[in-house]
Amino acid sequence: MEKQWYTISVYSENNVGLLNRISGIFLKRHINIESLNVSKSEIENVSKFTIVVVAPEEWVRKIVGQIEKQVEVIKAYYHTDDETIYQESALFKIASDLLFDERQIQNIIKESNSQIVTVARDFFVLAKTGRRHEIDQMHDALEPYGIKQFVRSGRIAVSKASMPITSILEEFQNQ
Amino acid sequence: METLRAQKKDSEKDTTMRISGAEAIIHCLLAEGVDLIYGYPGGAIMPVYDELYKFQDKLTHILTRHEQGATHAAQGYARVSGKVGVAMATSGPGATNLVTGLADAQIDSTPMVCITGQVPRHLLGSDAFQETDIVGISTPVTKWNYQVTKAAEIPEIIAKAFYIAKSGRPGPVLIDITKNAQFDELDFTYEKCKGVRSYKPVPEPDIKAIETAAELINKAKKPYIVFGQGVILGEAENELKALVEKAGIPAAWTILGLSAMDTDHPLNVGMVGMHGNYGPNVLTNECDLLIAIGMRFDDRVTGSLDTYAKQAKVIHFEIDPAEINKNVKADVAVLGNAKQTLDLLLPLVNKNEHKEWKAAFDKKYQTEYETVIKKDITPTKEGLTMGEVVEQINISSEHKAVIVTDVGQHQMIACRYAKFKQSKSNITSGGLGTMGFALPAAIGAKMGAMEREVVAIIGDGGYQMTIQELGVIFQHNVPVKIVVLNNDHLGMVRQWQELFFESRYASTVMVNPDFVKIAEGYHIKSRRVSERSELKEAVAEMIASKGPYFLEVKVEKEDNVFPMIPSGASVSDIRLK
Repeated sequence: MEKQWYTISVYSENNVGLLNRISGIFLKRHINIESLNVSKSEIENVSKFTIVVVAPEEWVRKIVGQIEKQVEVIKAYYHTDDETIYQESALFKIASDLLFDERQIQNIIKESNSQIVTVARDFFVLAKTGRRHEIDQMHDALEPYGIKQFVRSGRIAVSKASMPITSILEEFQNQ
Repeated sequence: METLRAQKKDSEKDTTMRISGAEAIIHCLLAEGVDLIYGYPGGAIMPVYDELYKFQDKLTHILTRHEQGATHAAQGYARVSGKVGVAMATSGPGATNLVTGLADAQIDSTPMVCITGQVPRHLLGSDAFQETDIVGISTPVTKWNYQVTKAAEIPEIIAKAFYIAKSGRPGPVLIDITKNAQFDELDFTYEKCKGVRSYKPVPEPDIKAIETAAELINKAKKPYIVFGQGVILGEAENELKALVEKAGIPAAWTILGLSAMDTDHPLNVGMVGMHGNYGPNVLTNECDLLIAIGMRFDDRVTGSLDTYAKQAKVIHFEIDPAEINKNVKADVAVLGNAKQTLDLLLPLVNKNEHKEWKAAFDKKYQTEYETVIKKDITPTKEGLTMGEVVEQINISSEHKAVIVTDVGQHQMIACRYAKFKQSKSNITSGGLGTMGFALPAAIGAKMGAMEREVVAIIGDGGYQMTIQELGVIFQHNVPVKIVVLNNDHLGMVRQWQELFFESRYASTVMVNPDFVKIAEGYHIKSRRVSERSELKEAVAEMIASKGPYFLEVKVEKEDNVFPMIPSGASVSDIRLK
């Protein structure tokens, strides 16, 4: 079975413990979560989990079924990369003197389309939003000069097709 | 809790009372129709026990001798009655002792609500005495769980717990209640939960799917039904029978589906799975249409999936969408409650008979009878067999008993040979295979159906895992009949060791105590049988006994259960010896 990148979007009630319940579904099947993001969604009081996995579609379909079965999950979807618009963010903390001593650093900032978030006496912070490979490229370019700290967020994604949660909620309301 | 919809009827009067959380818990249970709970007290649940003392005329609490016993008793109660079983325990070890029962109820879809006490809110996370994260621990083995830390949450959460446990595909719910929430007061009113946003317990039946299913059934030459517990949980026994009879389809059962259909019905062809009947297994790979009703294609049912019913179209009647295409791909999935979907299907199905096809089952039965069944139930060799004991129980109880089994050889033998006329009569630990299940489950089963005969059939291994529950039987004079089929071994593991590990009997030989003396210690009438000549009379005496009765039967030590599908083999490769 061919593995592929999938973005799983889970709309749920905002309850303590649900993250544990959902991550347990992956744990039980030894499926590694590549990234996880939890945020509010377009609907009030509805949370959205964005979970990225690399797995065969068959597995992902079954996992989504198990996720959707949880009482507090409203609906779960899965999409391939082609079916979503997605981004990640990263922060790079770099020694401030490099900004002045290494001309190449300024080129990297320009070419990577990243932003300087803050400049302090000792360090400055770069923010980059984009696809993972773009962030990786920027990381590789900066690495020889020394990165004091690096962090990358989980993927956030919206699907090209609609995820009609409002109508599903209405259906629940009328059941 | 914005997820809970308060649906107050205008007609209802304001019945607000200012009471403690602990008292509120009792009122919630009473409002849910609970009159019996199983449990074990301890520090963090003491306020609730204090209220139980005050309400003992309305709500009976049975003190099991271990919290695991409380869960299995609640399960037994739920399985015979169709109601939600309730178990209660304190925090820490009391709570962790519930885990096996929760896991058992989860995999066997048993409605159960467990209430645990918890350390006061201000001590949460401080590693306080008897603090454990039971919500975290129980998450994978509950349908839903929740920690209540404020008294005011209690009514809504308990209402939700009962609703979730019972609705749709049932399951266990655990509610953990901190001690401060038990002591604090709230303005109490109770509304039964009528729905939870985000939770749709029963999918709408799709008429198109039902029509397609009917077409396939009408076209099929060799249709075959395999039904599971979904028929019992959905109370679809009559609809199943009507379908089987109208369309003339041979029907077999999973062990959790057993008793949903009269075992003597001419179209009831027996049991599927690892130790199921020969025909039902082998003919799975010869049918042209497999109609699965309320079952989940467990690996013990299917054997190797690569060679399971590949020639057949598959229709899957199922309430849980996550079960569709999980193990076996369905050509037609009919979602919904089996009672409802079968009822819709029935008028679309043509009256039919499949005589030749049914004869294929009869023929296979003859083969199995000659090579296996005859030797099991009417043996001529010296040692007693488990099968003949089950057969005697059938005869003495006239097929009317609730049979509660543990796990292992005796369980397979009992499920193979026990006869049932009535649904909800076979109580066993199927999915989890929990040794120690039967004795406490039999207590719960008896209390859930006092008018019925309840016979627990247990192996000598599993019996000793929860033997302390004899204390409950003694204290409350619960008239259950306990049969221990003693082969002085962990029989099923020993069988596997014999067949697959060259008879290296690693830790399966049991040196057993005098079980009769132990039962006598609890003042339970008891008897030991080791001769065939005594068996019939002993079983009859047991069944006739008004009070509890313990019967130990010394059976052949190294008998094997056949037929058998070796683990991972195909249903076609079932072995008769």
